[in-house]
Amino acid sequence: MDKLERSIQVRLCGWMTALAMFAASSVDAAELKTTDFTLIDRLTWGVTPSSAEHLKAVGVDRWIEEQLHPQATLALPPLVQSQIEGMPDVHKFPFDIAVSFDQQAKSANQVADPDQKRAAQQVFQQAMNDRARQAAARTILRALYGPDQLRERMVWFWFNHFNVHQYKGNIRILVGDYEDRAIRSYAMGRFRDLLSATLHHPAMLRYLDNADNAVGHINENYAREIMELHTMGVGSGYTQADVEQLARILTGVGIDLQQEDPKLKPELQNQLVREGAFEFNPARHDFGDKLFLGHAIKGRGFAEVDEALDILCRQPATATHLSQKLATYFVSDTPPAALVQRMAQTFQRTDGDITAVLSTMVHSPEFAASLKGGAKFKDAVQYVMSAVRMAYDDKVILNTTPIQNWLNRLSEGLFNHQTPDGYPLTSATWNSPGQMMVRFEIARQIGSGSAGLFKPDVPNATEQPAFPLIQNALFFESLRQTLSTPTLAALDQAVSPQDWNTLFLSSPEFMH
Amino acid sequence: MNRRELIRAFAALAPMMVAGRVWAVPSTDARLLVVFLRGAYDAANVVVPVSSEFYYASRPTLAIAKPDVGKPNAALALNSDWALHPALRDSIYPMWEKREIAFIPFAGIADDLSRSHFETQDTIELGQAVGGSRDYRSGFMSRLSAELTRVKPIAFTDQLPLTFRGKAQIPNIGINAVGKPGVDDRQVRLIKQMYQHSDLASSVEEGFKVRDDVYRSVSEEINAANRGAVSPHGFELAARRIGRLMREQYNLGFVDVGGWDTHVNEGAATGYLADRLGELGRALAGFAEEIGPPAWRDTVIVTISEFGRTFRENGDHGTDHGHGSVYWVLGGGINGGRILGEQVKVEQTALFQNRDYPVKTDYRSLFAGLFQRMYGLQPASVERIFASTRPTDLGII
Repeated sequence: MDKLERSIQVRLCGWMTALAMFAASSVDAAELKTTDFTLIDRLTWGVTPSSAEHLKAVGVDRWIEEQLHPQATLALPPLVQSQIEGMPDVHKFPFDIAVSFDQQAKSANQVADPDQKRAAQQVFQQAMNDRARQAAARTILRALYGPDQLRERMVWFWFNHFNVHQYKGNIRILVGDYEDRAIRSYAMGRFRDLLSATLHHPAMLRYLDNADNAVGHINENYAREIMELHTMGVGSGYTQADVEQLARILTGVGIDLQQEDPKLKPELQNQLVREGAFEFNPARHDFGDKLFLGHAIKGRGFAEVDEALDILCRQPATATHLSQKLATYFVSDTPPAALVQRMAQTFQRTDGDITAVLSTMVHSPEFAASLKGGAKFKDAVQYVMSAVRMAYDDKVILNTTPIQNWLNRLSEGLFNHQTPDGYPLTSATWNSPGQMMVRFEIARQIGSGSAGLFKPDVPNATEQPAFPLIQNALFFESLRQTLSTPTLAALDQAVSPQDWNTLFLSSPEFMH
Repeated sequence: MNRRELIRAFAALAPMMVAGRVWAVPSTDARLLVVFLRGAYDAANVVVPVSSEFYYASRPTLAIAKPDVGKPNAALALNSDWALHPALRDSIYPMWEKREIAFIPFAGIADDLSRSHFETQDTIELGQAVGGSRDYRSGFMSRLSAELTRVKPIAFTDQLPLTFRGKAQIPNIGINAVGKPGVDDRQVRLIKQMYQHSDLASSVEEGFKVRDDVYRSVSEEINAANRGAVSPHGFELAARRIGRLMREQYNLGFVDVGGWDTHVNEGAATGYLADRLGELGRALAGFAEEIGPPAWRDTVIVTISEFGRTFRENGDHGTDHGHGSVYWVLGGGINGGRILGEQVKVEQTALFQNRDYPVKTDYRSLFAGLFQRMYGLQPASVERIFASTRPTDLGII
């Protein structure tokens, strides 16, 4: 036996011993059922040993209540909180962020020397990129370690529903605030508030061009997408005329980064609305009367917008459209019509209480049946998040860049969907041959070592030792029983822990 | 092979009976690539109705100037009514002169009036009757593929597009991000073993095969290139790679390119849309160059988009969602250099809902007619691809 072979054998022996130790440390976790794992995967960013332990400790009913009504006192782990607090602009408002970036852009453009000008512009662009990357890092850290897991799933869901694309205009510097304040604050609250928060945010007004929508210069982009995507849904009965009327109602709703108020005629001055970067400028508004979805709307300023949002949120089509989408995300590619109908009834009865709709969903017999019927195929974000959660449980990663890169490679990058429809929610988008190939490559990267996740994103950082521990107590006690014979047979042929991890994360069971 | 011979080769394909079903026997050389411009490109500023004074009145800041040989920003004359955007001068215009491209104005889908990008893209990719319930597992290119023998379909996209979803698993690959695979042969064998009884078995099987084929082709390209030339990127890089792959391995392809939704500041002879067009033109010319003259003569590219844009510019130097578009058909052996399909004089009274180009050539009829000519499909085959559609033969092939 040559030296190399011997060293491999020594390593393998060590590995086997470690396995045996895990198997021996087995406690009484065997009561967890397959449906419990499916439940955790459904409502969180993925099963971990500690989440399974917690569910076992409190029982399914209480666990669901904890997810539906997370306590306000729940905190992120200190190591996560300190990473977030270390980010620039995390507590600044969009107005101040945008103004300071505007100034940086202007001074870069004023540099006389062409080379220096280009360099200054590159610095500016890089700073914008950094802000977007920091925002994505916050999303990832909260998804991996937030105790309010269902809320974090809803944050992703609603961001995707009210999608904006980071590479349009200056949205890179706004996207973090958009998610933190417009989306997360209302993700489990009232839909009407959520819709209004997105309408007031400069990221949305820039992305769907309403900042450019003014009387005499109508731009109907945002008006159309509010009806088609955000509320009623395409084909639900509104007409091109309704789109045009809503566009008129939305004239003057935009962004203003000037400190001074716009100059207005005296009779319009009390109509001006400014909240941070948001502005309703009455001089840009069409004060004519409108007929919107059969309602006569008296032309009178920003109150028209509130009236239109009320009308939209109370359309039965809105309740159905949103319920259908939620059930597609959480239950099945083709959710049962009866379930969607009951969720829509709850939506209408509670005037759009998102938590109440979710509660109807998770307490339904259809939801329970769907847990028995097998797991939904994970989309790319769920896949990556669940793999990292499984690999490291509550050991906090120090760098999210590898995760951001994996998500982009899988075509489901954060803030990176160009069009307002958001990423598709059904499995056919995510299980094509090309997608599966990229997943296997990423499974190999996650399974083979720390993959850069424990090397802080600062110059000259040293990587902290870490190794994905997937063959843990949870695996031997309960997860193993959920695997098929071919998967177990393949895992038995693994030649190293790296190889075993790669195969486990590539298995059909882990894709679901 | 000259044009006449190609037509004979396409037309002479005798149908073959297999198990009671008529199968088309396509020329093994016939290749088809569908290019989807997602976002609804502003067709009226690309194939410009230069004889229409109404066009110039409707687009005070966006209009492209009438053809004028001395002026670089003027449109390039196609015939007395139509001219091409100047960003396509070095790529597409030479093809027009070689009769390798035809344009079909007033094309699109007449019965989808949602003016929604996503709804209409889905409608087109599925190619089913509008109004009935949709089957999202049956795209028209998948149904075409099922009617053909010796077909090697592929989507050059990160995700499998609707049009290729169907009974048989069709592979896809994101063509711009091809790298050396890290999962080794032993792991490939074990992974396939894990999926052997899974409903993803064929997806995994196809995936590994395409992964290796494409990596081989791309690594040859990388080895062959690097001779100091500026290397293409973006859609041009993708199209060149697709050209190589369709020369050697695949004969039915789909690719999409986004970024055409120009509500704000779309530009005119120069600017945003001009830049996107320049890239598209270089990409299609690059495809033709890479696939090489013999294969190019057997290839048809159809460039489509979900709808056109408002004929009048909006208040933000852009255009909003419209209706009729202009489709492109390219190929080394086509009967091009022509503006095809039913046409109307471009003036205000011709507009659909006083707003958009009308649709005169339905995309299903157009594709059905093309498929019939290219592959010698029988009516029953065409019916299975596009139900209740009368094929339109525009004489392109």
